[in-house]
Amino acid sequence: MVNATWHVAAIRFGLGPRLGEAPPADPRAWLGAQLGEEAPLPPGPSAGDGLRARAEDILDRNRSQGQLTGPTRAGQIARSTAQAWASRRLAAAAPFRERLVDFWMNHLTASRRNGQLNVLVGAYEREAIRPHVTGRFADMLVAAVLHPAMLIYLNADSSVGPNSAFGQRSGRGLNENLAREVLELHTLSPSGGYTQGDVTEFARLLTGWSVAQRAEPFGTIFRRHAHDPGAKRVLGRPFEEGPEAAEAALRFLAAQPATHRHLAVKLARHFVADDPPPAAIRTIEAALRDSDGDLGAAARALLALEAAWEPPLGKLRTPGDYVLALCRATALPEDRPEVVLNAMAALGQPLWTAPQPIGWPDHGEAWAAPEAIMRRVDWAHTLAGRLQALLEPRAVAAAVLGPLARAETVTAVDRAGSPRDALTLVFSSPEFMRR
Amino acid sequence: MTETCEGPRTTRRGLLLGLAATVAVGGTRLAFARTAGDARLVVVLLRGALDGVFAVQPYGDPAHAGLRGPLALPEPGGAGEEAQNPRLLDLGGFFGLHPALGGLHGMYAANEALVLHAVAGNWRTRSHFDAQDMLESGASERLSSGWLNRALAAVPNPEAARAGLAIGTGVPLLLRGPTPVGAYAPTGMERPSPDLLHRVAALQAGDPLLGPAFAEGLRARGFAAEALGQRTGPVDREQITFPGLASTAGRLLAAADGPRVAAMELGGWDTHAGQIPRLTPLLRILDDGLAALKAGLGPHWGKTAVLVVTEFGRTVRPNGNFGTDHGTGGAAFVLGGAVAGGRVVADWPGLGAGGLLDNRDLAPTLDLRGVAKGLLRDHLKLPAGAVTAAFPGSAEAPAVAGMVRG
Repeated sequence: MVNATWHVAAIRFGLGPRLGEAPPADPRAWLGAQLGEEAPLPPGPSAGDGLRARAEDILDRNRSQGQLTGPTRAGQIARSTAQAWASRRLAAAAPFRERLVDFWMNHLTASRRNGQLNVLVGAYEREAIRPHVTGRFADMLVAAVLHPAMLIYLNADSSVGPNSAFGQRSGRGLNENLAREVLELHTLSPSGGYTQGDVTEFARLLTGWSVAQRAEPFGTIFRRHAHDPGAKRVLGRPFEEGPEAAEAALRFLAAQPATHRHLAVKLARHFVADDPPPAAIRTIEAALRDSDGDLGAAARALLALEAAWEPPLGKLRTPGDYVLALCRATALPEDRPEVVLNAMAALGQPLWTAPQPIGWPDHGEAWAAPEAIMRRVDWAHTLAGRLQALLEPRAVAAAVLGPLARAETVTAVDRAGSPRDALTLVFSSPEFMRR
Repeated sequence: MTETCEGPRTTRRGLLLGLAATVAVGGTRLAFARTAGDARLVVVLLRGALDGVFAVQPYGDPAHAGLRGPLALPEPGGAGEEAQNPRLLDLGGFFGLHPALGGLHGMYAANEALVLHAVAGNWRTRSHFDAQDMLESGASERLSSGWLNRALAAVPNPEAARAGLAIGTGVPLLLRGPTPVGAYAPTGMERPSPDLLHRVAALQAGDPLLGPAFAEGLRARGFAAEALGQRTGPVDREQITFPGLASTAGRLLAAADGPRVAAMELGGWDTHAGQIPRLTPLLRILDDGLAALKAGLGPHWGKTAVLVVTEFGRTVRPNGNFGTDHGTGGAAFVLGGAVAGGRVVADWPGLGAGGLLDNRDLAPTLDLRGVAKGLLRDHLKLPAGAVTAAFPGSAEAPAVAGMVRG
């Protein structure tokens, strides 16, 4: 039995081996080092840049009386941030860290299904998620929930305290969307046992937090005149009136045992199995509890789980995973991000566009629809047609599957009628479809 | 105001109800010989929670206008048409259909559509995701299979295709389960040769998830190419819209040896803000899709029932942003040539004092499981055991009778 540690490390924890990449001497240490190293933020437009660009586009359009054509500033930001996402993953030196970024982006989904988020989601990743993937969950939660992207996505920016000065004058009131999803999706989960009363109180508590979209400071602001007066009570805990209550309540929710449990289930599902073994969940849960919600500690606990290392790898790659893995397996240059982004859309998982706030599903059945699997093969075949002159199929199979390749796959590749067909077979094999 | 309107309303309702009865009795549709295995059932899932009180407005409820504010549209039948703010389409004197649902209203007038109101599943969660799971599972918890899939076990398989068909790239939980189902979605990519596809199928064969999926995909594509009479190649954008998919679904269902049951999805109903401008185009898309489905089915429309459902309703009072938050009771639709329509089915709980659930939601008085069970029993003519397998532990929600003709 050849040692599969490198391939498991690269496929399960990373984004798949990149053709030509030299395996590290100690793959486990390589993964661990990605959690500890200083990770400077990549450059990119801030949320303020995005909001300002959109405001300027609107001014331009009004000045030109609708005559303006050509790319807008907002469109350029939307395109450049998505391309930067793909380029970064094509050549990532720390792919485990990138996978964690994407995992937490999905946990705290802010989706471009809402078009206003086009200029914000890249900044959301950079400002709210990426800095905290090996830090404290509470810090990530506060940064995410109070980020302009999330406030707009789940309508908190326009929720008004019914008894606030503005609410009384305008007759406007609560929008409980963000409050409910924080409790249900981001922290406790329904098993956490909150009530409709908790949702309403939490929504009152969050009122006032909004986004200056058309004027300085082009970002998150607290509008005291829209904040619902008086104390609030969430899960029995009282919170004072005022802007500080939001962060206090989010930190309180982040520390709940039900939250640790919910995060542990999702992490174990992503890194171990669709139906993770209870022992794996307990291990991650304990790591979160004992570290005061340290996501780096949780990630290290994942690496130490033997259940996460046992081939054959049983998780079905999502379309995004599949596309990235295939593009890395064929050494697609990092200046071709549009190949990745177009394929993700064609295979049913366009970047940052989850249909609902719960994010993309993380279990195989959701992605194993007949037509969806057929499309992966169509796309692999299309790409293989373009790349066949550059690639030696057997070398590709050895590099990207190594000892994980089954004998029948190797035989099928050997017997294929053309390099194109051989590559299609590598990328259509169950072992390549899984991670 | 209420009192002066009472008379004409009663008259209008009586008139429409009378009309419905006449056509239903005299209708030639009774002559259709419907054997088990010939009936078509389509389930349309509206994900995100359609505001039932917006789509089907109880304008006759004295509390309606006051509670709903700007979401209450002008009542039907008043003087003058306002292009900016069109009137509700009357459903018999108490309820009015949103004006974007003109096609559905036409089906209602032709006694081909039932409007169900104050309906909900057996869940009382306001979580989209739990509610969708239970809506599709047909149980009080998420199961690994959907009720429509379990029901399919009792539907004879046609020659060429599977009895069940998912429209779109994914298969919703509703149709997942032990019974194999087909899937259809147009694509614009190159396709490998049949020989290569069979080699891929052989590689996939041993995989418990991918093996069956790939084999099913090959089968579905073969059937679709046959039934639609077209080379499978690049497609127009037109075909991937909801009405485009609905039209294709209708044509596939019309094939003599084609599927009998299909599921479609349409999302975007989670209108927490600015509900009127967001829902109006979406309702129009739904309406266009239902019309396209009917057109695609052609004469087979007469053997078809379509069930349109959502996971829950929304708050009766608008929230702070001219939207609505997650609620409970809502509306559903059953339509098709096989449907004994032209009626609103509602045990109306009232919106007035004490009528609302938790003083916020429309109180449900009809269990969606009973609606689905009625269609399985009376339309697909499934045996009692199959209906129970589809909806285990649902004795408290008896099958609703009388929704289909004959």
